[in-house]
Amino acid sequence: MTDKTMTAEQAVGRIHSGMTVGIGGWGSRRKPMALVRALLRSEVTDLTVVSFGGPDVGLLTAAGKVRKLVTAFATLDSIPLEPHFRAARERGDIELTELDESMMMWGLTAAVHRLPFLPARAGLGSDVMTVNPGLRTVTSPYEDGEELVAVPALRLDVALVHLNRADARGNGQYLGPDPYFDDLFCEAAAEAYVSCERVVATAEFADAGGPQTLLVKRHAVTGVVETPQGAHFTSCVPDYGRDEAFQSAYAKAAADPTAWREFTRRFLSGDEERYRAAVAAFGREGA
Amino acid sequence: MTGGVTRAEYCVVACAEAWRGDGEILAAPMGAVPRIGARLAKLTFAPELMLTDGEAMIVGGDPELGDPEVVEGWLPYRAHLALVTGGRRHVMMGASQLDRHGNQNISCIGDWKRPGRQLLGVRGAPVNTLNNPTSYWVPRHSRRVFVERVDMVCGVGHDRAAAAGPAATRFHDLRCVVTDLAVLDFATPDRTLRVRSLHPRVTAEAVREATGFPLEIADDVPSTREPTPAELRLIREVIDPERAREREVPS
Repeated sequence: MTDKTMTAEQAVGRIHSGMTVGIGGWGSRRKPMALVRALLRSEVTDLTVVSFGGPDVGLLTAAGKVRKLVTAFATLDSIPLEPHFRAARERGDIELTELDESMMMWGLTAAVHRLPFLPARAGLGSDVMTVNPGLRTVTSPYEDGEELVAVPALRLDVALVHLNRADARGNGQYLGPDPYFDDLFCEAAAEAYVSCERVVATAEFADAGGPQTLLVKRHAVTGVVETPQGAHFTSCVPDYGRDEAFQSAYAKAAADPTAWREFTRRFLSGDEERYRAAVAAFGREGA
Repeated sequence: MTGGVTRAEYCVVACAEAWRGDGEILAAPMGAVPRIGARLAKLTFAPELMLTDGEAMIVGGDPELGDPEVVEGWLPYRAHLALVTGGRRHVMMGASQLDRHGNQNISCIGDWKRPGRQLLGVRGAPVNTLNNPTSYWVPRHSRRVFVERVDMVCGVGHDRAAAAGPAATRFHDLRCVVTDLAVLDFATPDRTLRVRSLHPRVTAEAVREATGFPLEIADDVPSTREPTPAELRLIREVIDPERAREREVPS
């Protein structure tokens, strides 16, 4: 059986400028942050990012990696507005395809099922239809004759997700309260890269949770990356919660260009090992 | 006892009333006061209501009966969205802008292409308003919120739903708007906002002054009802001893 384990750099090396990249998690919850940080260190640019947006969107936007964003929001959850996303929008730096949350779900689902679109009521009457002039409606061929939104498939070149556990073959297990849409991201993508807190033997899955925790299946996964604390500073329950002190420092730094340069120098200028060391030092300062 | 009722407590009771008679559905409150209101409704006149912990768990816990952390169900985002489209949910959302037809904006202020102020984004407002009963909570009633025209229609109002056709109006159901000054609804011939009740010690003039469009307020408009002593005790001692309500609506 193929061993799909690789480094974050190898995974990100498969991403090329101009690609459409889907990022799993939701807001500031279980984001594949180690993979995002690796992407920050790469030369890749001009990306279309599809995400239920959190600091993944913020970091990639601040680094000038994003040409176009497809999302319904960008938030840090405990801090309502993602500061870099907000600044980028107010500067007019990024293109935005602003969709309703359920339209995001239907777009990913359509891609998974290899359908061109799925019909939805959501969007009708709202300015989602106005700011996305490419959106079309479709009329039900049945008796009801309802005219609904034809939510287009959100096909991805690459998906990046973070799970609690994975095996070397690409099976992924989540142990928290919500799968978010990580399985859809993986199956909607030509290639999916799963980072995880710990690579385990396949036989170990059953000890950690029931069969319904086995969210991502290996047929949809190209690479597996072991990245302890790989969702930091977002939550990865039950392995760890959100690092609120660090997130707060991130948001504060993001609001000021000088502070952001210092934050980048301190936390984002080295590899993942240096990141973890810098975060540990930050923690010891006692916030 | 009711002499000491704070404005925030009137708001809690007004929010609770939004879910009266809804039956066995999910109450989805956004904001501290609506959250306290939904709990109050569940603990008093609407015991069938379902509530989440704010994440993926439906918590049936009744603190009067014991453990408030008891989980009775699981509602991850995709199931939550299915519950929305199935209509078995009544959401109370916030609004950065709201117009007389009930169009709501939480996305951004100014020109969408390059907003003066980026806010939350459209989130689930479109799916909410077209599929399940929707009410709004406005902790600070002002002309900044109640505007002639919203900058980006996220939650769909009556005029826009009608213009979008029968598929948009089929399950469209705007219930009420609770603010720190009054309770408003759309019970007018053209289904535009009017004042249903004024909170005690609030004048019609103050509400008109804080609203950016002409507002119907009947001469005999009633007062928002008083909390019962039992409700006040629940709010103060059981549901919100930390007084989060007073931080959202300062007295």
